[in-house]
Amino acid sequence: MERFRDQEHLLRLAGLFAAGFALFLVVRWVLIPGDFGVYGHFRAGAVADNAARPLRYAGRQACGDCHGEILEARKGSRHEEVGCEACHGPLRAHAEDPEAAKAQKPDGGKVCLVCHTANVAKPEGFPAVEPKEHAGGEPCGSCHKPHHPEIS
Amino acid sequence: MEETRRQFLKQSGVTVLLTGAAALAWDHLLAGEPEKAPNYKMADHWWALALDVEKCIGCGNCVRACKAENDVPLEPFYFRTWVERYHVTEEDPEHPQVDSPNGGYDGFPERYRAGDGSKNFFVPKLCNHCAHSPCVQVCPVGATFETPDGVVLVDKSYCLGCRYCVQACPYGCRFIDPRTQTVDKCSLCYHRITKGLTTACCETCPTGARTLGDLKDPRDPIHEFLSKNKVHVLKPQLATGSKAFYKGLDGTVR
Repeated sequence: MERFRDQEHLLRLAGLFAAGFALFLVVRWVLIPGDFGVYGHFRAGAVADNAARPLRYAGRQACGDCHGEILEARKGSRHEEVGCEACHGPLRAHAEDPEAAKAQKPDGGKVCLVCHTANVAKPEGFPAVEPKEHAGGEPCGSCHKPHHPEIS
Repeated sequence: MEETRRQFLKQSGVTVLLTGAAALAWDHLLAGEPEKAPNYKMADHWWALALDVEKCIGCGNCVRACKAENDVPLEPFYFRTWVERYHVTEEDPEHPQVDSPNGGYDGFPERYRAGDGSKNFFVPKLCNHCAHSPCVQVCPVGATFETPDGVVLVDKSYCLGCRYCVQACPYGCRFIDPRTQTVDKCSLCYHRITKGLTTACCETCPTGARTLGDLKDPRDPIHEFLSKNKVHVLKPQLATGSKAFYKGLDGTVR
């Protein structure tokens, strides 16, 4: 077979191309983490990153482990299904170490009104009142126990 | 000489193939378990949300809990979840008035009067964790994605802050965190649900207006919620595969 007249410069070009491709592979290998693409077009480790955040709310299960008597007191009341931290705030630190992080008692003058202040947008039948008309400045706790609010 | 070379090539070929396969398998094994949750298997879950509009009282517990749990900036306009108040009048039902003062963080001061013929209600909003998320499709670098258990998450170390996804989300669920200039959104409390806890908003919702559900768990109450109620998703015409199912949703809600 007859040799191309320009064979040498074609070979040089091919070499250059191969070198460029090799460089591309090296750069790609350096830049793309090994776990990219395991589940899709993203870094699989990012799932674990999202799962590693610290907790603030302990969850009602953790509260019940020590404060079983409160769960007992709430039985049968309209507040039975309300999460403890809905009123008491985030208490994961307290659940981890009850001595180091003390739980604060919620402000009875405010915490009830968060839910029970009347508003026309509230669903019908939800027990909500105009606080001044309803109690005339008397604190809610003088009639209602927060863990079992029904007056018997 | 010829024979040994062939054998050598054969053997090394097999070795290379097997090591490659083993390395791939090992990668899968390692990546299958999010950190510190050794018993959690992504393949066993498919997360969704059940939202009951008729139970939402607009107390703002979810908004406050979400900001505390997920370290969301406290200033207004940065929300992973928020509550909207709808005011629909009889004269102009096509154009409801919607407000959400500080996302509902401080509750809703009374603004409307009872008995004027208008319809008033609260709607809790958050990421719909779509199965075909428009936000994921536009990300140019793979910094946001749907996990195998059905949660839309953000890879903060990859996000460029280009804001494509903020525009692409039809529900307005994304924002740019002013501290990192990367995108932030509801993670469905991924750090909680992988440890067997519910999300911070569901944990603190006093009326059960929102509940987390696992569609792959046959005993999960979400199946009863979906089969016993008439439910709706937001903007179904966009076919986003939204997994936030609303019960009692008014047609005026977008």
